[in-house]
Amino acid sequence: MTASPLASRHGSATPNGTALGSIRICDFTGQLAGAGATKWLAAFGAEVIRIEDPVNHGLWDVLRNMAPFPDERRGPDFGGGFNNHNVEKRGITLNLRTDRGKEILAEIIQKSDVVSENFAAGVLDRWGFGWDRLQSIREDIIYVSNCGFGHTGPYAAYKTWGPIVQAMSGLTFTSGLPDQEPAGWGYSYMDHTGGMYMALAMLFALLHKQRTGEGQWVDLSCTEAGLSLNGPAILDWTVNQRPSRRADRPEGNRSASPPMAPHGIFECRGDDDWVSIACRNDADWAVLAGLIDVGWAKEARWKTLAGRLEGQDELEAKLSAWTRSQDKFDIQRRVIAAGVPSAAVQKPAERIDHDPGTSEFGLWPEVEHRKMGPLRVDGLPAHFSKTDWKIERGGPCVGQDTDEVLGSLLGYDADELAKLHEEGVI
Amino acid sequence: MSALTGTRIVEIANERLAYAGKMMGDMGAEVILVEGPAGDPSRGHPPFLEDDPSEQESLYWWHYNTSKRAVVLDLERPAAREAFKKLIETADMLIESEAPGRLASLGLDYDELSKVKPDLIHISMTPFGRETSRKDEPVVDLTILAGGGPVWSCGYDDHSIPPIRGGGNQGYQTGCHYAVLSALTAIFHHGVTGEGQFVDVSMHAAANITTEMSSYFYLIAGETVVRQTGRHAMPMMTMPVQIRCQDGRYATTGMPPRSPKGFGDLYDWLDEMGLVSELPEAFFLDKARHRESIGFADIGVDDEVTAIYSAAREAIALICQNSTADDFFNGAQALGITVGAVLSPEEAYENPHFVARGYQVEVEHPELGRSVRYPGAPYQLPASPWRISRRAPRLGEHDEEILGELGYDADARKELC
Repeated sequence: MTASPLASRHGSATPNGTALGSIRICDFTGQLAGAGATKWLAAFGAEVIRIEDPVNHGLWDVLRNMAPFPDERRGPDFGGGFNNHNVEKRGITLNLRTDRGKEILAEIIQKSDVVSENFAAGVLDRWGFGWDRLQSIREDIIYVSNCGFGHTGPYAAYKTWGPIVQAMSGLTFTSGLPDQEPAGWGYSYMDHTGGMYMALAMLFALLHKQRTGEGQWVDLSCTEAGLSLNGPAILDWTVNQRPSRRADRPEGNRSASPPMAPHGIFECRGDDDWVSIACRNDADWAVLAGLIDVGWAKEARWKTLAGRLEGQDELEAKLSAWTRSQDKFDIQRRVIAAGVPSAAVQKPAERIDHDPGTSEFGLWPEVEHRKMGPLRVDGLPAHFSKTDWKIERGGPCVGQDTDEVLGSLLGYDADELAKLHEEGVI
Repeated sequence: MSALTGTRIVEIANERLAYAGKMMGDMGAEVILVEGPAGDPSRGHPPFLEDDPSEQESLYWWHYNTSKRAVVLDLERPAAREAFKKLIETADMLIESEAPGRLASLGLDYDELSKVKPDLIHISMTPFGRETSRKDEPVVDLTILAGGGPVWSCGYDDHSIPPIRGGGNQGYQTGCHYAVLSALTAIFHHGVTGEGQFVDVSMHAAANITTEMSSYFYLIAGETVVRQTGRHAMPMMTMPVQIRCQDGRYATTGMPPRSPKGFGDLYDWLDEMGLVSELPEAFFLDKARHRESIGFADIGVDDEVTAIYSAAREAIALICQNSTADDFFNGAQALGITVGAVLSPEEAYENPHFVARGYQVEVEHPELGRSVRYPGAPYQLPASPWRISRRAPRLGEHDEEILGELGYDADARKELC
């Protein structure tokens, strides 16, 4: 690994012992697929400056005024999801309909390492900030765009949101039971994961720049990222010509690769309570059969994987009869203690407030939001021994940091700022 | 040259972690996979080349281990542990998913390894992290997703059907995404300061923060979302969005039009398909095109707006039922209506859009005398491209070149496995 042009440019090591403190991002992202990406970088110290429209109060990001709300107040500064995805970022407003607003944006880009957005394809270009212009403002700029189908190809003009990306990439199809319609994902898995791929693309591009001084445009297609999550099924098609659209697919909660049985989710005592159990091999089954400790479980035909796979319907029905009268956490405790994988299907309250696996990890940090006050948010699932993440500051209210950023970064004084406010530029 | 060209990564083989090594190898890192003498168990995961398990040509293995070289080291043997340390001296990073405590018991944890390689980056990705009281619990992908939150949100309106685990080992892959984000962040820091460090990634934590509204509806408002067929889990049941098309495929209907013209276009589409007579409420769509505006917020407030949206939903459903999924998708998107067709993985892979963008890539398999089509780049970085540099390695395929480089001749190598 070689010495860093970024380090020498900034003239010092990373500020405050953070991993990414030398990076500045001019950030147009919103919702989860974009804002989720820059959340990671902000938590590791990158200076992320959200650019928002003062005229529509930043509501291009619809999460700004969407539920959940912590209290009865409504408006662009009260969306709980927005706060969750935008912690540790700064927020400024800039009216890009005005020439002055565009000039100020160019000044910010000139001082940034990355420009990021997840608009529909072509929007930034129509505002006069396409790739050629970005490069003319700053030769080594990194531009990462993230839209459903990317900026090229027959579907470039089509629009998406998470569930559409999941449908078009095979992920909705592979979630469900073989004799039912697709169950799909009950949330925007590909907004989360698309955001992760966007953050990965930014970091790869930053590493390339760190080593060569060169910028680039990454045209991320969220659907291509999703398609990449079906690898073995795609190879089964290209190599063996076996389609996933066939009688025994999707596999529901069963596992064909590797083959395991039982491998499923079973009903328990309580209100919509379920437990997952998986026997990885014959030894796991022997242990589970010992716990069940009734006649059927000890039958010889269940002792081999082949026997359990062949009688899987019956095996699952019998196992359900065993789990149905029990508490899901009791089963989890006993099966785990015996060394076999099992987990209750946890409800939000259970995994957030009663699970040492998350609380001991410090997974739900509390931030201070300027208007909503203290709120818990999603933390990050990794701890660094030297440059760990920090999530303390809540998502920015609309225009919260405009004066500070324009003052400290670009050198505007109070009189100039007052004039810009007056003219509706900021 | 790609983003990680010149970065050497040692990966201790584990099916949970394999995708992380692939992701970095495909971006130019030199990944050396360390396996025990029996080989990683995922070499035996189906599907197989020509369905023949005897040759151990697992397509699962092929996919998750591209752009890696492989070396056998039996870490239970002292000589192999010494060789492992020598290998680490030549590397920038170690990634592993060993059971917490195992590497320490072998004298190969970060404390020891950073003595021989002070600026080592060590990424540990384990089911519950290294330090939590659940760290020793056994897991598979299913139990990670069940305990970690995703499963609670996925399934059917009919709650007598169990919640569903989405397919394709997404629990493992989500952990890997965060492991790679961690790795790149640590490499960047190393590039600035020359400093290495230890990173503790929890797959359970990764699943927990990859649940969107499930977490933040509870964190912010104390509300619990419930699963619904083919759409977001929400605190209340919402209207169905998934419709069976004429060809038996499904489509997801998503958002209605947003402008008066959009509603008018929808009416015209219905008319072209000869379906106006089947939907008396279509009248409202025709009426809508002459309005100044139509606001989503007026649903339930303004009777006409409510009727327009309701008619739009029914019109979309009717068109969908009378079209192939593909025609519905293209027709609606051309009108600016955001919908999707539910494609299987191979249908998506063969879709002309992705083909046009170069998503399909060929990887040489010299011993088969041909190349094989693989999934391509999840991100296209023109200056530092994604590329599969080689097919997945066979067991011990690179023992000679890698261990030879460390000074082990054929006799010395026998002590290592």
